[in-house]
Amino acid sequence: MKKMDNTTRYERLRERYMNGDLDRRGFLGLIGAAGLAYGVQTPFARYANAQNVSQVRFDGWGGVVSEAFRKYAFDPYTKKTGIEVVDGTFGGGDQYLSRVKAGQPGEYNIAHLSGVFDYARYTGLGLNSELNEANIPNLQFVIPKLIEPYRKISNGTLSCVPYDYGTTGLAYNRKYISDDEVKEKGANILLDAAYKDKIAGWSDWRTRMWYAALQTNQDPNNATDVEACWDAVRQHRDLLLKYWTSGAELMSLLANEEIYVTEGWSGRIYALQEQGHDIGYMDPPNGFGWQECLFVLKGSPMEACEELLNFMLAPETSIAVAEGQNYPPALDPQKVDLGDKIPTLPAFDPTGKLSGLTFADPDYWNGHEQEWSQTMGRVQKGY
Amino acid sequence: MSVEAREARQPWILLSPALSAVGLLLFVPLGFILVYSFWLRTASGADQVGFYLDNWRAALSDPFYRDILLNTLKIAAITTGICALMGYPAAYFIARARGNKAILLLLLMLPFWISYIIRTMSWINILGVSGALNSAMLWLGIVDTPVQMLYNEPSVILGLVHFLLPFMILNVFVSLEGIDTNLEAAANSLGATRWQSFVQVTLPLSLPGLAAGGLLCFVLGAGTYITPMVLGGPSNAMFANLVYEAIITQLNWPLGSALSLMLLAVLGALVLIYNRYLGMAQLMKGLG
Repeated sequence: MKKMDNTTRYERLRERYMNGDLDRRGFLGLIGAAGLAYGVQTPFARYANAQNVSQVRFDGWGGVVSEAFRKYAFDPYTKKTGIEVVDGTFGGGDQYLSRVKAGQPGEYNIAHLSGVFDYARYTGLGLNSELNEANIPNLQFVIPKLIEPYRKISNGTLSCVPYDYGTTGLAYNRKYISDDEVKEKGANILLDAAYKDKIAGWSDWRTRMWYAALQTNQDPNNATDVEACWDAVRQHRDLLLKYWTSGAELMSLLANEEIYVTEGWSGRIYALQEQGHDIGYMDPPNGFGWQECLFVLKGSPMEACEELLNFMLAPETSIAVAEGQNYPPALDPQKVDLGDKIPTLPAFDPTGKLSGLTFADPDYWNGHEQEWSQTMGRVQKGY
Repeated sequence: MSVEAREARQPWILLSPALSAVGLLLFVPLGFILVYSFWLRTASGADQVGFYLDNWRAALSDPFYRDILLNTLKIAAITTGICALMGYPAAYFIARARGNKAILLLLLMLPFWISYIIRTMSWINILGVSGALNSAMLWLGIVDTPVQMLYNEPSVILGLVHFLLPFMILNVFVSLEGIDTNLEAAANSLGATRWQSFVQVTLPLSLPGLAAGGLLCFVLGAGTYITPMVLGGPSNAMFANLVYEAIITQLNWPLGSALSLMLLAVLGALVLIYNRYLGMAQLMKGLG
């Protein structure tokens, strides 16, 4: 017997009504019953559909990053497997977490999370899954130092695969600020009153406190004089034109010369340079290094997700995505030939040891998350 | 069942779909928000279920929230005033136009075909350092260096006026359309100048429309967070931005719930005052 979908069923019913085979009351009654039946079965349909995965949801940072994923990973994956990848975007890990919290298990599947601290938070909230690493053979190409911190948090197992890394360094317009000046002043260039109203900064509280620690000569992973940090954040705020909230806004502010200096994401700044803008980029000593991962959320169709992760970690896909989004891939340069462009990207480490980058300590940052995010909300508004 | 009893039930039966929709889509979510406002956010980001007054105590006693609420009301009031000053002449022109009013009204509705966020962001290309206005002023030699016109309170108010002006014009237009033009003619025939007939006849009769437009502009303006986020600077946050931050950035849904209910209470009180003195009928006409 041929399977009939709801639309066909409704059209047949409508035809009977139009032909006079069905009175109006009967027609409306049947439509109502069909609606009721669909409404009742919908919450359970997800579980039935889980057996036969037709799509996987992926959420990431949007802009050039999403474009690279779509072009080099999702479309080829769909072509190969028939599984559609629905991609959404977010402005930050906090924003995404609030969506996941409001959603149903299984509604969101894979997220391009930034930082080990996000992995720890999501795991702490019980949103983690357990990957079957046997289904992801391409994990062997990943830099071991990028995998270790995740295993430590989730007792030896993994809920994600590392995918890329980068830095949040100083980005400046060379027309107004020289490389030498940035080298000399370091993170303190963001507090230079000569550039008042031509300075910007990310609204993210972690980045603000990281840079405040650098500006007050403290260890960003263990600042002892927190009040001095907040004073630096306030000083920066008073010189600021705007807190940017997305990569697109960062690029727009720099490209339109609304601002001359800000801290920025290495890949986005490289994208601006590729577009021909004379924007300099420098990581100050102890600059903010981060690693990103593809995190699989609890309740997701695991095998389909693992297949997508393995596909995305394949050297040809990973290199193409990295060249598109301008962040070095998590692949070990000692094991995989990364081509010509990747070694020129900011933050790239040819040794694969990443000893030159300072990453955020998840315990330290998550321990201050509640207090500092709230304080930042006030300081940002002039308090 | 008696005829009277059946007749008494009929309106409720007919209203039941609408009442169910309002109940499910408005009152049930509001109930959830109310319950949430008494919970607590723990350090791990999880919510602690219970009955705690901490969020309400913070929302009602912390000067930070009070100051931003007052600033929000100030910005909404200025925006409403500008919308009234700009919207009334436009509405008057449309109402008294001899040509095809439908085309003028269609032009008024045109901006609604474009996303509100895109309309707000369009100001960046107009007022930005390398935007159209600065480029024109530099080209004409009016200024030597670009003028910083964005990311301050005036740019937020400008964005809000751009968003809300059609609501004001529509409400005033509906009110002016309902006024018999013979009244102005009668006033003129009794010796009043055109200005006097406008001030003493037309304006008072159109005040309910002006008030309805004012209420809409004020409530919508005070509840927005996109405009200050896109066009505002560090110190131009409005109250809805605090709700957004509490819920989205800080994951503090309980505090965000308390703040959103606080804003709802303030704006709800304004609507109640309006309803007490002017009634909602005029507002419905404008929205219709």
